[in-house]
Amino acid sequence: MIVANRKPFEEIIEMLKPYTRILLLGCNECVTVCATGGTKEVAVLASEIRLFRQKEGRPVEIKEFTLERNCDPEYVDALKPFINDYDVVMSMACGCGIQFVGEHYRNKIVLPAVNTTFDGVTEKHGVWTERCQGCGDCVLDKTLGVCPVTRCAKSIFNGPCGGSRDGKCEIDKETPCAWQLIVDRYKEMDMLYKYLEIQPVKDWSTSRDGGPRKRMREDLTI
Amino acid sequence: MSIGSNLERVLKSGAFAVTSECGPPRGADPEVIRKKGAYLKGHVDAVNVTDNQTSVVRMSSFSSSLILKEMGFDPVMQMVCRDRNRIAIQSDILGAAALGIKNILCLSGDHQTFGDHPTAKNVFDIDSMQLIQCVRQMTEEGKFLSGEEIEGRPDLFVGCAENPFADPFEIRAMRLAKKVKAGAQFVQTQSVFHIEKFEKWMEMVRDLGVHEKVYILAGITPMKSIGMARYMKNSVPGMDVPDELIERMKETPKEKQAEEGIKICVETIERVRKMKGVAGVHIMAIEWESKVPEIVEAAGLYPRP
Amino acid sequence: MRLSYPTNVKIMKVPCTGRVDIIHILKAFESGADGVYLAGCLEGDCHYLVGNMRAKKRVEYVKQILDECGIGGNRVAMYTMSAAEGQRFAEVAHEMTEKIREIGPNPAKLQGSRGQANITRTLEPLRCVKE
Repeated sequence: MIVANRKPFEEIIEMLKPYTRILLLGCNECVTVCATGGTKEVAVLASEIRLFRQKEGRPVEIKEFTLERNCDPEYVDALKPFINDYDVVMSMACGCGIQFVGEHYRNKIVLPAVNTTFDGVTEKHGVWTERCQGCGDCVLDKTLGVCPVTRCAKSIFNGPCGGSRDGKCEIDKETPCAWQLIVDRYKEMDMLYKYLEIQPVKDWSTSRDGGPRKRMREDLTI
Repeated sequence: MSIGSNLERVLKSGAFAVTSECGPPRGADPEVIRKKGAYLKGHVDAVNVTDNQTSVVRMSSFSSSLILKEMGFDPVMQMVCRDRNRIAIQSDILGAAALGIKNILCLSGDHQTFGDHPTAKNVFDIDSMQLIQCVRQMTEEGKFLSGEEIEGRPDLFVGCAENPFADPFEIRAMRLAKKVKAGAQFVQTQSVFHIEKFEKWMEMVRDLGVHEKVYILAGITPMKSIGMARYMKNSVPGMDVPDELIERMKETPKEKQAEEGIKICVETIERVRKMKGVAGVHIMAIEWESKVPEIVEAAGLYPRP
Repeated sequence: MRLSYPTNVKIMKVPCTGRVDIIHILKAFESGADGVYLAGCLEGDCHYLVGNMRAKKRVEYVKQILDECGIGGNRVAMYTMSAAEGQRFAEVAHEMTEKIREIGPNPAKLQGSRGQANITRTLEPLRCVKE
């Protein structure tokens, strides 16, 4: 899922300063699962904004609304009947959703209430960690299911670097060393010989470096 | 063409090599380099020039290497993958070779979170292993990473670093073997404080026969004080300073700690020198370059060949 | 036991403090409460295993939110007590009322038009969620 983090309240309130009628938008997909921008979080932020503005003597009217998905046109259309009743849209969806809603309603400004952070998993309830950077050329077969691009702070393909200590990365003692995990997998699977293979220079053109990416399935485009 | 790498000459002659290190200044004053260089003159075979070590912005390794070269040193230009993509890397290699730099040390580089610009974007287009391959491809095959021909092939003696004290320990010798397979001709290790662990690593290296394919220079760092010893132990990534050493420094009166540090350092050189497969030492006297001649002389490694 | 406690404390019953969500507490402030406290079972005594522990964490979270928006995190509290501790229940009600009285009225209410009586609520009715 796409994991996001709510922006600091100060930043949010600053963005909303000129507005009094606000459409606060959530998303029922990823940001709901990572407890950042689902119906519940929309309600909490709306309440927080109302309390603040009430205290300031500049009350706001907020419509709380959660789309099934913010990244598909058919769902985004659901805003049509009422979006123009509001001065501004603030979205708790991921960066994709924020942009996509804006693209569909060009007379509206869509403000981000969250920082979209990574593609990850729920490691346990309340803890999410990164797993994939969408580099466009998966190597998980070579590293037995541990992504060096994402999980190594230096994205190195022939690790571990000299900073690996007690299974942790040099950047902090909480982050597991990706290459320790990879070596552990090699050992678990009795395939340590694979470690001796030198991974060649990566083709990053399939990654963000190659420019914005597009995927098409001809048979579906009609 | 000028003469080749002095470091390569010394190592090939079978003599026990001595290299040292010079950290460029955080400013544009070339005198800082010249002053550090002056301490080392005549006592080392080559001088490493660090590349924005610990991710702190400093004068470039390339230009600092040139300043040392003008002084008659054989610089080892360090190059990290953190700050350059393959285009900049290859370009700098051509430039360095064109201006007579003869040695390059290929490193991944410390993560930028340690440095003075922790909000920077890092590059890591290629890693240290691939950088070794890249340089060797340029020098041996005369080809860029793209496969295209180089007009005017660079000539460089290619080195790498390895940390015998990092984890997982069991693959550390294998990792050096990989680097040698990638084309590394010499290796300088992380500072050796934990001699038994280093000996064990050397054993594993010998078991793989790697010591016969690469010149191994053991890293040596003199400790100025108990404070520095503790800092090395706790705050420098990948350092392994045993408690006994900390104790030994702690028991030494403050005014004698520097002297004791040098003594430990000379003892370490004597011990690693006896190990089969160790071809030299790399003395990293961090902001203490003035002590290098004393260390080299005390270890009986002076004069240099 | 005929113990008395301040009349401005309005009790909202829930099956377990674990049922109390962040939004319930926020809604209480929006509708004019000056303070909110949760009276949960003693730690380790939850019928639903960890309901009271969840409530405790949520109270901490709400404190942050109330600090951020300038209402004041010190207006919320979590207390634990057993069902047999009537005396403690009354004490806590007094303690909380005194504390809130010292802090003063909810600033959102002062500025706005939705102000109501000076009420300290223990819990907010669940119907508020579906407003």
